[in-house]
Amino acid sequence: MEGQHSFGEYKMKNSAVIISIFGACSVLFAAAQDTQVVAPATAGTLKIISSLPRTGSANAQTNTMVNGIKLAIDEVGGQIDGWKIAYEDMDDASPQRGNWDPAVEAQNANAAVKDSDCIAYIGTFNSGAAKVAIPILNRAGLAMVSPANTYPGLTKPGFGEANEPLVYRPSGKINYFRVVPTDDLQGVEAANWAKTLKAGKVFILNDRELYGKGIADVFQKQAEKLGIEVVGFEGIDSKAANYRSLATKVKATSPDLVYFGGTTQSNAGQVAKDLRSGGYEGMFMVPDGCFEQAFIEAAGAANLNGKTYITFGGLPAEKMTGKGADFRAAYKLKFDADPEAYASYGYEAARVVLQAIAQAKTKDRAGILAAISATTDFNGVLGKWSFDANGDTSSRVMSGQTVQDGKFVFVKVLGN
Amino acid sequence: MLDFEVFSQQLITGLSNGMIIALIAIGYTMVYGIIELINFAHGDVFMLGAFLALTLLGALGMEAWGPSGQVFGVALMLIGSAVFCGGLNWSLDRLAYRALRKSSKLSLLVSAIGCSFVCMNLGLFWGGAPMTVFANGNSAAAPKNFPAIIPQINLLGDGFLRITPADLLVFTVTIPLMFGLTFMVKRTRLGRAMRAVAQDPTAASLMGIPVDRVIGATFFIGGALGGFASVIYSLYNNTIGFQMGTRAGLDAFTAAVLGGIGSLPGAVLGGLTIGCVRSMSDQYLETRWTNTIVFCILVLILIFRPNGLLGSTRREKV
Repeated sequence: MEGQHSFGEYKMKNSAVIISIFGACSVLFAAAQDTQVVAPATAGTLKIISSLPRTGSANAQTNTMVNGIKLAIDEVGGQIDGWKIAYEDMDDASPQRGNWDPAVEAQNANAAVKDSDCIAYIGTFNSGAAKVAIPILNRAGLAMVSPANTYPGLTKPGFGEANEPLVYRPSGKINYFRVVPTDDLQGVEAANWAKTLKAGKVFILNDRELYGKGIADVFQKQAEKLGIEVVGFEGIDSKAANYRSLATKVKATSPDLVYFGGTTQSNAGQVAKDLRSGGYEGMFMVPDGCFEQAFIEAAGAANLNGKTYITFGGLPAEKMTGKGADFRAAYKLKFDADPEAYASYGYEAARVVLQAIAQAKTKDRAGILAAISATTDFNGVLGKWSFDANGDTSSRVMSGQTVQDGKFVFVKVLGN
Repeated sequence: MLDFEVFSQQLITGLSNGMIIALIAIGYTMVYGIIELINFAHGDVFMLGAFLALTLLGALGMEAWGPSGQVFGVALMLIGSAVFCGGLNWSLDRLAYRALRKSSKLSLLVSAIGCSFVCMNLGLFWGGAPMTVFANGNSAAAPKNFPAIIPQINLLGDGFLRITPADLLVFTVTIPLMFGLTFMVKRTRLGRAMRAVAQDPTAASLMGIPVDRVIGATFFIGGALGGFASVIYSLYNNTIGFQMGTRAGLDAFTAAVLGGIGSLPGAVLGGLTIGCVRSMSDQYLETRWTNTIVFCILVLILIFRPNGLLGSTRREKV
C-alpha cells in the first residue's frame, strides 16, 4: 500500500516534469517560428485548397502566388476565432504536358469536394482549367476564388460562347469569384494605349488559347473601333522552334505595332526575338500573361529594350499604396524577394476567403460562400472594391509598363 | 518589297530550318536503319546538347570574347556537344537497349520512351543550375535565352531580304557534315560494317563483324549529329528549354518518315521539304494551318509511296 502510493506519486511527479518540459519546448518552438504564442484552436479545422500549375513553365508565377496565400494565412496567425486554418497547395499540371492538365484539375476539384474540411478553393491560374473546375465545385456548393483567370466568359454573359457563363453553374448559384479584372477590360485598354502610342497599323497574333485568343479578339475589336488598321490576325503554333517565316510575313505588311495575345508559356519570348531577328523594328505589345521576369529572360533583354509594352490588370507591387505597400513590405520581409505580378492577387484571394470565415464563423460551405459573395468595400491591395452580381471584382486599376535594361518599368496607369 | 523578295526570304528561312531538322532526322534514320528502333530519346539527347552548349558558353564567359574568339567558341561548343551527345546516345544503347536486342521490338520501344523521359527530366534539373546564363532565381522549367554570339544582323544591308550570319552558319556546318557522313557510310570500313549489320545482323556476325560495337558506333554518330544540330539550333533560335526536344524530335521523325526511314538522303530531303512547306504555309496560308499541311503531305506521301520519298522498296522483315 505504502509502496504503491509512493510509486504513484513518483509517476505523477515524473509526468509533471515531462509535461512542463513539453510545455517549455512548445513555447520555445512557437517563439522560434513566429515570435508570438497563439491560443490553441478549438473549434476545428477549416481548409483552403489552392490548385495552380506547380510543375512546368508557369512555376515561377505560381510560387509567388502560393507565397502570397501563405502570407495572408500567417497574418491571421493560422487561425480565426478558434478555427485552425489549414492550407493545401495542389498542383494542376502534369509533367507530360508541362502545363495545366484538365484531368489533374478535375481530380483536384473532386478531392476538394470530398475533403469535408475544405471550405474554399483558390485557383486556377489558367482560364481553361477554371472551365473544368467551376462546375465540379458548383455542384458541391464550394466557393472558388481565382487569383488569375481573366477570360470574360467565365462570369460575364455575352463575351464568350452563347451558353457561358450559365454552363458553369449547374446548381444555378454563383460559386466562382475573381479578384482580377477581365480581358475585355484589359484588351480595350491595350488598344487605347496603342492609339496613344500613335500606332496606325497593327498586326495581331495570338496563341490560340482561351486567354490569348480572347484578349486578341477584344484588342482587334477596339482597335477597329478606334480607326487603327488591322493588317493581319494570326494564331501561332506555340510549340514551334521559331517564328522566322511569320516575322517575314509581319514585316511585309509593315505594321507600327505587333500585338501578341499570349503568355510566356505560349512562347512570347521567342515571338519577340524572331520579330527582331527577322528585321521588324516597330512596337511590340503583350498582355499580363507576359508580365513576369521569365518573359524578359526568354526574350533576351536586348530584344525588348524600348519598344515593348506590357499591360497588366493591376499595379506592379512597387507602385502600390496603403494596404498594397504593406503587403509588399511584409512579402519582402518573409520571402526575401520582391513579389511578382500575381503574388498580390494570390494574397488578395486568400484574404477574401479569410475575411469571409471571420464573418461567417461556420464550417458550413454555404455560409462561407454567402459571406464571400457579400464582399463589399474590401480593403484590398489596389484600394477598395466589391464583388459584383457576376462574381467579378469592381476594381478597374490597370497599368502599362515597358522594359528597360532587363527590368519592367512602370509607364502609367491605364483606364479610369 | 516585292513578292519575289518575300518568296526568297521564306525560301532561305525554310532551308535553314529544314537543314536543322534534317540533321536531327539523320540520327533517327540511322538508328532505325540498323536496329529498327525509333529512338524516342534522340530529341531529348539533342536538347541536353543545347544545355551543354549554354553551360560552356556561360562557364567560359564567351559573350565577352571578341569576334574571332567567338568563332573559336562556336567550334568548341560544336565539338563539346557532339562528343557529349554521341557519348550519351552510346550509353543509352549500352545501358537500356543492348540487353533488349533479342526481345520484342515493343519492349525496345517502351525502353526508348522511358529514356526520353529520363533525359527530359535531366534537362529540367540542369535548367535549375546556379549559373547566370540560366537566369537562376527563375524556375528551372522556364525557357532560357541563348545569347546571340552569332549576330542576327543583315549581311545584305538595309534591303527587305535578309541573310544573317546565323543563316550562313547553318549551311556551312550542316552541308559538310552531310557529305562527310555519306562518304563514311559509303566508303569506309565502319560504313560497310554498318550496312552489313543493317541488312542481316546474324550473317554479319558470322562474317566476323562485331555487331554490338557497330551498333554502338551508329548510336554514337547519330547522337553526335544531334549534338551538332543542338548547337546550330541554339545559335539560330536563341532559345532553349527542357521541352524543346519533343517538338524538334517530332519534326525530325516526320522528316525521316517522309524521306523514307532508313535512308540518309531521304532524311535530308524530308527535312528540307518540311522546312520549306512550313515557311510557305506560314506566308501564303495561315500559321495555324501549318501543322495540318505538313501532316497532310505526310499522309498523302505514305499512301502513294509507303516507303517514303527515297525509301527502299525492301519488304518488311518477317
